Amino acid sequence: MAIAGEELAGQQSSVDRIKAPSRLRVVAGGLLRSGRGRIGLALLALIFLLAFAGPYLTRWTYVSKDYTAFLAPPSTEHWWGTLQTGADVYAVTLRGLRRSLIVGLLAAVVGTALAAVVGAFAGYFGGWTDRALTWLTDLLLVLPAFLILAIMSPLFAGSQWPVFVLVLALFLWMVTSKIVRSMTISLREREFIHAARFMGVPPTRIIFRHVIPNLSSLLVVDATLNVSAAILTETSLSYFGFGIQPPDVSLGSLIADGARTALYAPWTFWFCAGLLIVTVLAVNLVGDSLRDALDPTSRGAGDR
Amino acid sequence: MAGFLTRRLLNYLMLIVVATSLAYMLAASALNPRSNYEGRNPPLPVAVVDARLTDLNLNDGTPLFERYLTWAGGVVRGDFGKTVSGGSVNEDLGRRVGVTLRLITIGLVLGSVAGVLIGAYAAVRQYGLFDRLTTVLSFVVLAIPTVVLANVLIIAAIRLNEMAGTQILLISGEATPGLRGGLAAAAFDRIRHLVLPTLSLSLGLVAVYSRYQRNMMLDVLGADFIRTAMAKGLSRRAALTRHALRTALIPAVTYFAFTFGALLVGTTFTEKIFGWHGVGEQLVNSISTNDVNTVAAISCFAALAVLLAALASDVLHAVLDPRVRVG
Repeated sequence: MAIAGEELAGQQSSVDRIKAPSRLRVVAGGLLRSGRGRIGLALLALIFLLAFAGPYLTRWTYVSKDYTAFLAPPSTEHWWGTLQTGADVYAVTLRGLRRSLIVGLLAAVVGTALAAVVGAFAGYFGGWTDRALTWLTDLLLVLPAFLILAIMSPLFAGSQWPVFVLVLALFLWMVTSKIVRSMTISLREREFIHAARFMGVPPTRIIFRHVIPNLSSLLVVDATLNVSAAILTETSLSYFGFGIQPPDVSLGSLIADGARTALYAPWTFWFCAGLLIVTVLAVNLVGDSLRDALDPTSRGAGDR
Repeated sequence: MAGFLTRRLLNYLMLIVVATSLAYMLAASALNPRSNYEGRNPPLPVAVVDARLTDLNLNDGTPLFERYLTWAGGVVRGDFGKTVSGGSVNEDLGRRVGVTLRLITIGLVLGSVAGVLIGAYAAVRQYGLFDRLTTVLSFVVLAIPTVVLANVLIIAAIRLNEMAGTQILLISGEATPGLRGGLAAAAFDRIRHLVLPTLSLSLGLVAVYSRYQRNMMLDVLGADFIRTAMAKGLSRRAALTRHALRTALIPAVTYFAFTFGALLVGTTFTEKIFGWHGVGEQLVNSISTNDVNTVAAISCFAALAVLLAALASDVLHAVLDPRVRVG
């Protein structure tokens, strides 16, 4: 019996090994087949390349100032011109882009993980756990996120931006967690969950091994779309000086400064605003086509 | 139905109380009103500052819980305390709520109606030119944050005014102070002020609703009951508006509550950038001036607004969906 079980497990794992990449390939294929996904991925790759390799192409850094050129238009010396302080727009913008990307990615991952765990626990256990967690979710939905984040902004000063990421993530998970909860409630009654429960698998293990992996498509899509939501929130906060604190820069603080000089020095505004829009657009395009690729019944699947 | 509503209302009330209390505690411990009086020349005596802060119930020498009780006692009687400059929070916000509600209502109605109509039309003519165009446009609009959109609109309006050689669209404030002329002139002046903030508020909504409505409409269009309705002799137009649109509206109504919160945040940016003296502008100002009482009052207002929207969407849901009314 034990041997047979082991053999079965061995077969199962070899089946898994064959199957796992093919699922990935199917999704990747679906993603690449749609025009939206292709454009989104290409844009995203370009943006990442620009954010992480771009700064090495210029001799200016985001803190260096050129005292011979204040608010100078784009030239061979300063590719995207300079700010009022003499800072190089290209270097500063890429620094801000990098900061916004990192904050957005981390906050989205943390937020989605939180949504998955809270939603799955609430849905799986039901009863008082469910009631308490649902109430907590509602409470966070009702609290004005922008206000709380803004109040806590003094905490993010200096090099404390990871705290900012955590607080940002704290306000990203509620809606998804509600969806995860309702999906878990229906998953709970499926045969494989019953089987696991009757075999004596502890509930926490069932949740992490069986429930959450079965919701992975939803979570992947949600994490992607959360990236753009996090970037938008971060830039809006930084715009009003409540997010990333100086001397560090983010796209939001750059846009706030640029908007003041945009009329007579358009390069201070349009480069950072444009990059922000393209980034969010690319993330949304990838998220949207990922949803189509992961969900075979999706209406948008035929929508190229 | 009545029991369900009462239970829901009680739950909402408790949520508002907890959310507002939490906001107060957070604001009272994170913001530092004392710093408003620092750095003066000549420096104010500590005793004077203390007396002033105690008068406003903002003294950090008093334990947080005691301050909270004083504040909560006032709130129960309907008094949200005083602003840092000594005025009444009630009066200040009462004046501002009107401004914000005007802006939100116009933006919400325009945005959702335009979005639903565009989405429904795009779904009926799927893959047509209009459908493709609105899909691309909505993707682009959804990628533009309100702060950028508002600034782009301002730049565009200034260029437009320059080209026209006269002030067509006005950028700052709700109305021109000291304007002469009759009612018509005043109304025209308000509209000129209103165009840009409304656009910056509702463009995002239009994009969201049109995407959402298009997908819902597409799901419904293939349903059997539409075919049945047409088979029974209803014209295509009647079947689409009376049966398809109504059914497809249900999820959009549910979505309403969620967009409302986003809209409140959106007004914050819009008001601040366009210089409208509403609640949203005060939110940004109150944090920079360490105005704890105003922050708490605004959280209460925001929580109330979100929950009212949730309640409204519940009721609308029941009106539109017969299955809910039974249960």
